[in-house]
Amino acid sequence: MIFLILRRLVQTALILFGVAAITFLLLYALPADPARMIAGRSATAQTVANIRHELGLDQPLLSQFWNYLVGLTEGNLGRSYAQKTDVGALIAARLPATLILMAAGIFVEVALGLILGVIAAVRRGGPVDRLVMMASFVGVSAPQFVAALLLLYVFAVTLAWFPMSGFGTFAHVVLPATTLGILGAGWYARMVRSAMIDVLNQDYVRTARAKGLSSVRIVFRHALPNALLPVIAMIGIDIGQFMSGVVVVEAVYGWPGIGQLAWQAIQQVDIPIIMGVTLVSALAIVIGNLVADLIAPLIDPRIRAR
Amino acid sequence: MRILKNMIRQPSALFGLAIVALVIFMAVAAPLIAPYNPDEQMFDGLTLEGAPLPPSAQFLLGTDTLGRDLFSRLLYGARTSLIIGLVANGIAVTIGLMIGILSGYMRGLVGNALMRFTDLMMAFPALLLAIVLAALLRPSLWIVAMVIALVNWVQVARIVYTETRGLVERDFILAERSLGAGHLRILFHHILPHLMPTAIVWGTLGIATTVLLEATLSFLGIGVQPPTPSWGNIIFESQSYFQAAPWLVFIPGAVILLTALSFNLVGDALRDILDPTQRGRG
Repeated sequence: MIFLILRRLVQTALILFGVAAITFLLLYALPADPARMIAGRSATAQTVANIRHELGLDQPLLSQFWNYLVGLTEGNLGRSYAQKTDVGALIAARLPATLILMAAGIFVEVALGLILGVIAAVRRGGPVDRLVMMASFVGVSAPQFVAALLLLYVFAVTLAWFPMSGFGTFAHVVLPATTLGILGAGWYARMVRSAMIDVLNQDYVRTARAKGLSSVRIVFRHALPNALLPVIAMIGIDIGQFMSGVVVVEAVYGWPGIGQLAWQAIQQVDIPIIMGVTLVSALAIVIGNLVADLIAPLIDPRIRAR
Repeated sequence: MRILKNMIRQPSALFGLAIVALVIFMAVAAPLIAPYNPDEQMFDGLTLEGAPLPPSAQFLLGTDTLGRDLFSRLLYGARTSLIIGLVANGIAVTIGLMIGILSGYMRGLVGNALMRFTDLMMAFPALLLAIVLAALLRPSLWIVAMVIALVNWVQVARIVYTETRGLVERDFILAERSLGAGHLRILFHHILPHLMPTAIVWGTLGIATTVLLEATLSFLGIGVQPPTPSWGNIIFESQSYFQAAPWLVFIPGAVILLTALSFNLVGDALRDILDPTQRGRG
């Protein structure tokens, strides 16, 4: 068990190193010249050369990479071209808002998925079952920004139940979190449904029924815990989807998180910020997968025994 | 033929096929159907105050903020989406197949290195990686297609890898090898044909992903650049105006949804038909 955890930790460290390497290569190997971008269009060749020297861009590639890695371990993600401030600090200031949004979005997605999935499994072939199957397809086919604009139009503009944009109160969270969670909920419901149906057909569930247990107790005590495992694994894998969704949702709702930061950086081609957000997102994905892997044996004794 | 027959029997697949056919028709016949030039900013396409017109008999789906006919722009936008869908996804499936087969077939250093690289790419959120590439490369239609291909091959590679690993262990490959068949012969004559169903299924499902990714990139302003119409940039151009002219956002939005949904339905039906063991799995 401990050996397994150690192995996963080493793997994670290697992946993080690879992520840093790819980010570095993208930043320095592609045509855009960072020194020229910082200096601005009207800068003289001398200014550009000075900035290049200051940033260490005139050093060989490998020593630049080494400096970059050392910087990363100190939390240094480089400097923004447009805002002239430390990218790490910009991201750190906005990370809490994004984490709130993601937590709320994951909650909406999982709660909806569990409720619909359980109903669909218990009432197979019924209207909820058919709705779930359809919704799972429509959800993965719908562009998130259109869903965001639609919810905004219906619930903020027309009905005026929620604010258009902003941050601070519970009402502000509802629409962005719903946008983030609702499209994937059908897919979670599908997964819960098939896991539940597998379990409901097992002998021990029949035994429980024969003992005279109520179906509510069978579903929630015996079947649902078994369906939770794939859901947890899926959340771990889905962190990437959420990070992508966060950019769109924050841009539409003016949510002051790292997604909005990235979106504003896109408009100004402020590459260090975009890179920083990508790096942080990759970190979140890797950690998400790691946590999902480590939680699984805590919940399911069968994995622990392996 | 068998595939087509099987498909028509399922209502959802039939619906998907019909919409896919309609979108292809829209894209191919755009110059013939379009009532106006998609780029023409018409004087009578705006109200006296300069606001876009809602759908009417003259402009079927209304006009946009510059007085251009939305219906005509959507027809030409279908071209953009399909070109990107086919090109980006064709490249993605090809890269995915190559890397998947090679890493699954070759044991040792090269195979391992390729698969670790694939795992590594999976750690990046697709949209953000596409954003970085698009922001660095100054997007045009072909760059956007390239960017999407560079992001989307990963999943195909993973699946092809798993399947190849399974195939290599099978007796008929062992028999071929003991008969003296070379690596190339085994790869192209015996393994590749078995992977074609996977490639076809992912080729179809991937178009849905590609259409959505292109729309999202264009919506963020780093996809296909106006005036070339794309479904995403039509929404991008009108989003600040969407409270007054919701049709400019929701009609293209519905078109994107229907197209992606249809490719997903067709891809899913293809999977059921080509690979019965996967039937009913989520």
